[in-house]
Amino acid sequence: MAFFEGSKMTAGYGDGPDIISSCTINVDKGEIVAILGPNGAGKSTAMKTMLGLLNLKSGSVLINGEDITNLSPQDRVKKGISFVPQSKNVFAELTVKENLEVGAFLRTDKLDKILNDIYDLFPILEEKQSQIVGELSGGQRQQVALGRALMIKPSVLMLDEPTAGVSPIVMDELFEHIIKVKKTNVAIIMVEQNAKQALSISDRGYVLVTGQNKFEGSGNELLNDPEVRRSFLGA
Amino acid sequence: MMQHKNIIAAYSIMILLIIAVGVLQSWTIALTILNYCLISAVMTIGANIQWGYAGLINFGIMGYTALGGLAAVLVNVPPVKEAWKAGGSGMVVSLILIISGVYIIRTVLRKFENSKKRNYIVAAIIIIGFVIVRYISGPAIENIEAIDPAKTGFLGGLGLPIIFSWIVGGLFAAGIAFIVGKIALGLRADYLAIATLLIAEIIVSIIKHEDWLARGVKNVIGLKRPVPYEVDLQGSTWFIDLVEKFHSKKLDVITSLTERQDVLNQLVIDASSVYVKLCLAGLFLTVVIILLILTQKALYSPWGRKMRAIRDNEVAANAMGKNVVKEHLLIFILGSAIVGIAGAMMVTNDGLFTPGSYRPMRYTFVIWVMVIVGGTGNNFGAILGGFVVWFLWVEAAPIALFFINFFTAHLEETNAVKQHLIQSAAYFRFLLVGIGLLIIMRYRPKGLIPEKINIK
Amino acid sequence: MDFINAIVLLLNYTVIPALTYGSQLALGAIFVTLVYGILRFANFATGDMMSFGTMVAVLITFYFQSLGISFGFLPTALLTIPPAVLAMIFYMLFIDKFVFSYYRVKKSPPVQLAMVSVGVMFVTQAIIRIIIGPFDRRFFDGEKFILKANEFKEMTGLNEGLTIKSTQAITIFVTVLVVSIMFWFLNRTKTGTSMRAYSDNEDLALLSGIDPKKVVLITWIIAGILATIGGVLYGLDKSYRPFVYFNNMLPIFAAAIVGGIGNPFGAFLGGYVIAFAEILVTYAYKKFFAYLLPEFMEPDSLMQLLSTDYKFAVSFSILVIVLLFRPSGIFKGKTL
Ligand SMILES: Nc1ncnc2c1ncn2[C@@H]1O[C@H](COP(=O)(O)OP(=O)(O)O)[C@@H](O)[C@H]1O
Ligand SMILES: [Mg+2]
Repeated sequence: MAFFEGSKMTAGYGDGPDIISSCTINVDKGEIVAILGPNGAGKSTAMKTMLGLLNLKSGSVLINGEDITNLSPQDRVKKGISFVPQSKNVFAELTVKENLEVGAFLRTDKLDKILNDIYDLFPILEEKQSQIVGELSGGQRQQVALGRALMIKPSVLMLDEPTAGVSPIVMDELFEHIIKVKKTNVAIIMVEQNAKQALSISDRGYVLVTGQNKFEGSGNELLNDPEVRRSFLGA
Repeated sequence: MMQHKNIIAAYSIMILLIIAVGVLQSWTIALTILNYCLISAVMTIGANIQWGYAGLINFGIMGYTALGGLAAVLVNVPPVKEAWKAGGSGMVVSLILIISGVYIIRTVLRKFENSKKRNYIVAAIIIIGFVIVRYISGPAIENIEAIDPAKTGFLGGLGLPIIFSWIVGGLFAAGIAFIVGKIALGLRADYLAIATLLIAEIIVSIIKHEDWLARGVKNVIGLKRPVPYEVDLQGSTWFIDLVEKFHSKKLDVITSLTERQDVLNQLVIDASSVYVKLCLAGLFLTVVIILLILTQKALYSPWGRKMRAIRDNEVAANAMGKNVVKEHLLIFILGSAIVGIAGAMMVTNDGLFTPGSYRPMRYTFVIWVMVIVGGTGNNFGAILGGFVVWFLWVEAAPIALFFINFFTAHLEETNAVKQHLIQSAAYFRFLLVGIGLLIIMRYRPKGLIPEKINIK
Repeated sequence: MDFINAIVLLLNYTVIPALTYGSQLALGAIFVTLVYGILRFANFATGDMMSFGTMVAVLITFYFQSLGISFGFLPTALLTIPPAVLAMIFYMLFIDKFVFSYYRVKKSPPVQLAMVSVGVMFVTQAIIRIIIGPFDRRFFDGEKFILKANEFKEMTGLNEGLTIKSTQAITIFVTVLVVSIMFWFLNRTKTGTSMRAYSDNEDLALLSGIDPKKVVLITWIIAGILATIGGVLYGLDKSYRPFVYFNNMLPIFAAAIVGGIGNPFGAFLGGYVIAFAEILVTYAYKKFFAYLLPEFMEPDSLMQLLSTDYKFAVSFSILVIVLLFRPSGIFKGKTL
């Protein structure tokens, strides 16, 4: 039994068609799981469903053995599930520090310690703490997004394309940050376009096609699977 | 088919209501209401073209109505010769200066790249032009306004039949709408609403305060009607004969000759005002029908389909890019022109132009309530909305009075609350219209008669 | 000497009135901008909501006056602000619950909410006219002047007098106080930050556990405070007449947009931009130049750019220019 699992999820937007059907994704603490697949495959949708932004038609979502299928997104956040959306994942008009503070909105204790932890993880954020996030570079913004999500000390972190639109150097840096987070015993699910790099830092991976699990396996297995290589890794 | 039945039913009820007013209150009141309903219908057709066909919010209905009214004055009033002599040349020179100023600015904007320097040049031209125009027009205006200020004090108009102003009003409105559209149509929907609201306020304040143009808040009265006058009718034998024939049964019963004459006189007076209103109603109805035919044709033409496609589908709209802006401008001008026609019709109906009465509540927001209540995108709905809301707007006070009396029947006449409510009966129209709008938006968001075709 | 006279003249006829009027507009503009930024619609009932709060204050003032309660040299109406604010908030929450919330939950487009606010405008106007009527009401009492023209002349020996009406001083003082508290709240408290976050990025705010219901509630509370105080200050300074309040919505909108809608600090400054523009453009500078220029150069015209009839038109033209060249407003800066 994995720590966080969405099993056999079927869901769609409103009354529209099912975008994902019978899709299963799970992750354990201290593990990075990558979700790969072509554009429009339902990767983001699967994540949103696990967070409760979409209603399940069938299937269930469990954390630590507890069924949270019927909880609202806010209540799931309280259970320690943090989400970094694909776009608009920071408060662009707030300062870096305010972004982090809002991330910790649900916490009632003093924020000094957790703020320091985040600053240790992302030193640049401490330097820029009173700058408006909208003025930062792409890579710095993604760090703010990560930092904001980590402020509740989540046990599960879901990242939707955390490296979208940044240069390769920044991408490597961000991946390093993500590995550091993993080492603090957080379960990480990550949607990625850069499949090779993602798999190289992931423990396991899923390949979704039209909302269904197509392949799954350890990072290396997928990297070396000829069919996966042919259709998704472009080699 | 269902829809046809609904439309017929709704219109029948509306006509019955107006007839009921005729029987219960008086035919003059009923026809006054009918005429305003028809004028409102023209306005709603205009607003509906913009909102229903293209999703443009024009909260400047008031401004275009006032422009139509201004046209009525400028077309119908005979020219004031002394005023022209006193300051006409100054005004003409100023006008030429303004036009050439605009032309120069346009050239500057075209010729030079967008830069700080260019903006400064434009600003300088505007300021210098403003000073020069004021220097020339100032004395001219003073002279014009000094000519018999109690009666004229303005340049007057062309002295043509007022019916021409319906076209001129449309053209005025179209011209201003072109400028406003160029300025504001790129804005987001709610900004457009605010911008048009404020621009209309500017238009009205110019009409109100430029006395040399149309006497401003001193009003212009005695505009010539396109239909006979009551006094003339009361003096013409054919009309008296007609009334006599019409009421022969009633008159035959009366034996005393003098009494019969008195009754006949009264009947003729009543009938003359009914006759005049009927003539106006005929003219207004003609306009409504012509506009309805044209707008329906447009709606079902390829152009109309394209417009709705743009309205309902932003992707398609964006794909068309520049075209959309052009189409929107066209539709904005057309709709505003129709409102301008309505404005001229309204002044024709009233026979007077009172710029002080142009207020956004009555001339913008009530019209919008009509469009939304009636059914956006559907001309039959919009016209019905014009009828229903105008009817409620007028009859709200009597209805409110009835209910106040009903619910306070157990209270004494001297009861303060009762007296206060009775005095306030007139304000219940705001309540009725407001709640009507809220209920329709909530429970029938597409209006009484919804749009038929839905293009994906 | 003439130079000082000229300055005093300008202070007396333009700067002080503009600061006062600007403060009144600023409060309204922040109200508009908050509702726009957080509830995400242009509230066409703005003027009438301000009118509602003021009406309550006027009625309570009349009641207090009939009881003989007064506030010393200050206007009694200041005492009535707290209950009037409460009534205003109650009314706004009532309207929100039965009208606006439905569309918010449905995520209707802003245009639809704006149209709904037109309905609210009609209803509010009806309620006000039915309760208090459409007439002009003066409810100012207490000391009228802080500084009278002739006192000032005696004090300084200048030709020009400087008048400071107590309503002007009260308006500016109260505005600065209210606005400072509000900015402190928005920028320095956790709830305030969460409201700004909600305004900036609603989805992410929800993901961070911010309770939208609470944000909406607090927005209406602040809106109620601003609307009532802005309305009462305006009414004290001029007079209370429902129709004028409806019309005031227009320069208030202009101020909010000029300041960059959604940006409270911009709206605050926008109020003064509009007020100064209106007053400076329509002021007759003849006397001012008479002081400054040598006698032979004295102007004989009024030296007035536009007649005061065009007061509103000035602010609207500014708005149009801003919309044309900088649709995001003059003061982009930090948005709510
Ligand atoms: N908010 C939404 N409403 C309706 N359909 C949506 C929405 N978001 C995404 N979709 C549809 O769901 C499908 C999957 O989208 P998404 O999960 O974003 O794909 P991916 O993240 O794998 O690229 C797409 O066909 C997309 O059009
Ligand atoms: Mg995606």
